[in-house]
Amino acid sequence: MSLDSPTMGCTDAPVLHERGQKAVFCGLTGIVWLHRKMQDAFFLVVGSRTCAHLLQAAAGVMIFAEPRFGTAILEEQDLAGLADANAELDREVARLLERRPDIRQLFLVGSCPSEVIKLDLERAAERLNTRHAPHVRVYSYSGSGLDTTFTQGEDTCLAAMVPTLAASDEEELIVVGALPDVVEDQCASLLSQLGVGPVRMLPARRKDAAPTVGPNTRFILAQPFLGDTAAALERRGAKRIVAPFPFGEEGTTAWLKAVADTYGVSAEKFEDVTAAPRARAKKALAAHQGTLEGKSLFLFPDSQLEIPLARFLARECGMVPTEVGTPFLHRAIMAPELEMLPSSAQLSEGQDLEAQLDRHAAINPDITVCGLGLANPLEAKGHTTKWAIELVFTPIHFYEQAGDLAGLFSRPLRRRALLAGETTA
Amino acid sequence: MKLTLWTYEGPPHVGAMRVATSMKDMHLVLHGPQGDTYADLLFTMIERRNARPPVAFSTFQAADMGADTGLLLKETIQKTHERFQPQAMAVALTCTAELLQDDPEGISRALNLPIPVVPLELPSYSRKENFGADETFRALVRALAKPMERTPEISCNILGATALGFRHRDDVVEVTKLLEGMGVKVNVIAPLNATPDDLRKLGQAHFNVLLYPETGESAARHLERTCKQPYTKVVPMGVGATRDFLAEVSKITGLPVKADESTLRQPWWSASVDSTYLTGKRVFLFGDGTHVIAAARIAAKEVGFEVVGMGCYNREQARALRAAAAEFGVEPLITDDYLEVEKAIEAAAPELILGTQMERNIGKKLGIPCAVISAPVHVQDFPARYAPVMGFEGANVLFDSWIHPLVMGLEEHLLTMFREDFEFHDAAGASHHGGQHVERAETPEPAAAAAPQTQVDTPAVPVVEPSGEIRWMPEAERELKKIPFFVRGKAKRNTELFAAHKGVRDITVETLYEAKAHYAR
Repeated sequence: MSLDSPTMGCTDAPVLHERGQKAVFCGLTGIVWLHRKMQDAFFLVVGSRTCAHLLQAAAGVMIFAEPRFGTAILEEQDLAGLADANAELDREVARLLERRPDIRQLFLVGSCPSEVIKLDLERAAERLNTRHAPHVRVYSYSGSGLDTTFTQGEDTCLAAMVPTLAASDEEELIVVGALPDVVEDQCASLLSQLGVGPVRMLPARRKDAAPTVGPNTRFILAQPFLGDTAAALERRGAKRIVAPFPFGEEGTTAWLKAVADTYGVSAEKFEDVTAAPRARAKKALAAHQGTLEGKSLFLFPDSQLEIPLARFLARECGMVPTEVGTPFLHRAIMAPELEMLPSSAQLSEGQDLEAQLDRHAAINPDITVCGLGLANPLEAKGHTTKWAIELVFTPIHFYEQAGDLAGLFSRPLRRRALLAGETTA
Repeated sequence: MKLTLWTYEGPPHVGAMRVATSMKDMHLVLHGPQGDTYADLLFTMIERRNARPPVAFSTFQAADMGADTGLLLKETIQKTHERFQPQAMAVALTCTAELLQDDPEGISRALNLPIPVVPLELPSYSRKENFGADETFRALVRALAKPMERTPEISCNILGATALGFRHRDDVVEVTKLLEGMGVKVNVIAPLNATPDDLRKLGQAHFNVLLYPETGESAARHLERTCKQPYTKVVPMGVGATRDFLAEVSKITGLPVKADESTLRQPWWSASVDSTYLTGKRVFLFGDGTHVIAAARIAAKEVGFEVVGMGCYNREQARALRAAAAEFGVEPLITDDYLEVEKAIEAAAPELILGTQMERNIGKKLGIPCAVISAPVHVQDFPARYAPVMGFEGANVLFDSWIHPLVMGLEEHLLTMFREDFEFHDAAGASHHGGQHVERAETPEPAAAAAPQTQVDTPAVPVVEPSGEIRWMPEAERELKKIPFFVRGKAKRNTELFAAHKGVRDITVETLYEAKAHYAR
């Protein structure tokens, strides 16, 4: 629990590199939260019936009568001739935009089948842009499971937007990553109290609110899975503020501190602005520490949130990370996190599902973070689990959510104890 | 290319997963990219299965595409066999792998495993989930079941029940009871809970009971041809159909019909005076062909509803559905386009929808109550309690679950009598649904008169709008609003039809009541 504990630091720790069967979503899944975030955007997947079915399964209960995403399902004749497939795509897009005049941004989302048949969506987007500009801006990105895992779909989406951002020499700060509106507002308010600004968000809620970018732009990631987007912004001359991620009291303070230091905010002012929410976050966390303290934690690779979460749970809730899996380890972005992660944690990158399940069974952790396909089967074997997808659908960033984030992990433990007829630890 | 927002059926390999997951000691290997593994959650979350589906994915990535994806498939098959030691395996390609050149049949044969490995042909770009389940089950039966000596006692197999099916879990129990009551022994139930070794014993039954043509008909036909087993055509859903089914079994077996109807309550519940208000309630049915056709018969003949529309999303059942629709004098709707279904329901303005999880959402949007009668289903359609929809208990269950979403009889009268009452205003909804009660503002402003936004089960209020050429006069519009929300759509539609027919352009209070008299029965 102590910040200067000698056991901290995974920077040079050996990483288990795994290859084999995976149990993860593809990047298309990001559409489920991105389409809620960008209120004038439509996401058109060019793919198969499987893609449509995945989105429906992932969106689950969040069924809307007419959602702002859909799948142009490839049929046999589309596979036969690409020329026809392009013509068909143009026709479907025209029909869609006619029916939905509220759409200002259209994302053509590539899938495994569109990639294999080499349907060039980038060119399709260019072609459609000439036809539908300026009312609608058409982008393309890949959500294909061949090259994206789960949250990486948000990365490829945002990275595709960066080249189209207007150039400017303004000294703007861009906060990068889709956050729930309530969290985004809290973040903006903290930064404005610190006197940092102007602040823009990527993605913006609407097309008109998109940030501009140039050599005087600084940006900071609010989500850990945005490596391509960061690289794209750097190519436009923007400079990244290096920080751990804003999970928990410590993470949020470090994140804000990195911004404050960049903008020359005085220590006094920083203390003024953060003291009260820090105290609130600590108080909210205290309610969960009793349940979480000393409990072991195993994270299956899923969202790339695993390392920051393990850091938060270890340092602020007293949990003991065992294996911390991640689908992909971006060392540069994770550097501040790895420094803070207890060295007892075993990092693993990629997946060989059956072997990992064997390791998991041998470790028999107190709580397991995993995907929806594994959660109930592991529960039935007596493990306590937390489904990973909730971590991307729930507000968990910044001070006011620190307690809620801990609650996501303490609730399953309290529930198991409750059902076992025990009193909570 | 076809734009799809929501789909009724998944791809065919999900059908294969439904068959494999319903079985024991069986494993399916799917050749596909990592994203395809999402389908596990359908079983573990929606159906709350407590074990991983017995499905291994080769999960190839972009980097593997240049190398040998076939090798990856081979390794996956081999490792799966080593780890799980199943009695049999099946191998299929998902949509992406179908575009590659790998040959699952050759690869499985070359491995020379000591168990049957059945290659499946599932064309992802032309067929769907039900086809995938039906074809997978047929291929397994073809590979494993052979003609053999019949059991000494009269016996049957029950075919078609799968994982993720609507109430399949309980239907097979109920139908087993019916059969045993007649003295027919159940030999094998498949694919649900069967092992590959059980499939080898299919041939010893005297006949087959086909419960779900969507997922079992090809297997039943195959067994009819190879093992000379006749199969039943009546699906025992509803009282009438259950009796017909028993008669059919009697005809096949020569055994006399014996039925224990001591726990059958539906006919009396339906006849009792409290149910009078159900008479002629307008119902729209949509789902898989089998469940819709069976439910329409129950709705019309056993509950006394009026069928105002019916359709199915699976083309395989189009012919049977058209025949049933003709019987009820309605247009059949054969489509898998969710928006088209919504449009048809809106136009028919029914008082109750019997549909799938998708129609439940349409109902929420349109403010029409809905009960689910068919897959695709949601987690709440897998109840903890025993709730079959087949056999006599099934008839009881259906009565309850269709009646519950409706406003109750006496309440309907109260709503009509006290239309202006603060408790019975439009947005209040039915009292027994638990949605929070919303009190009407006693001095409604034009803007505030809009329906309060409530989340749970509160039907939205249809807005009176001029439709086409016909105009509603303000007094007639006010009168229309006095009609309870659950019949207002029908009253509005009938009045407009009547007006159009009579060449009336302005609808007055008189037109409204003339129309009412015209359509009265």
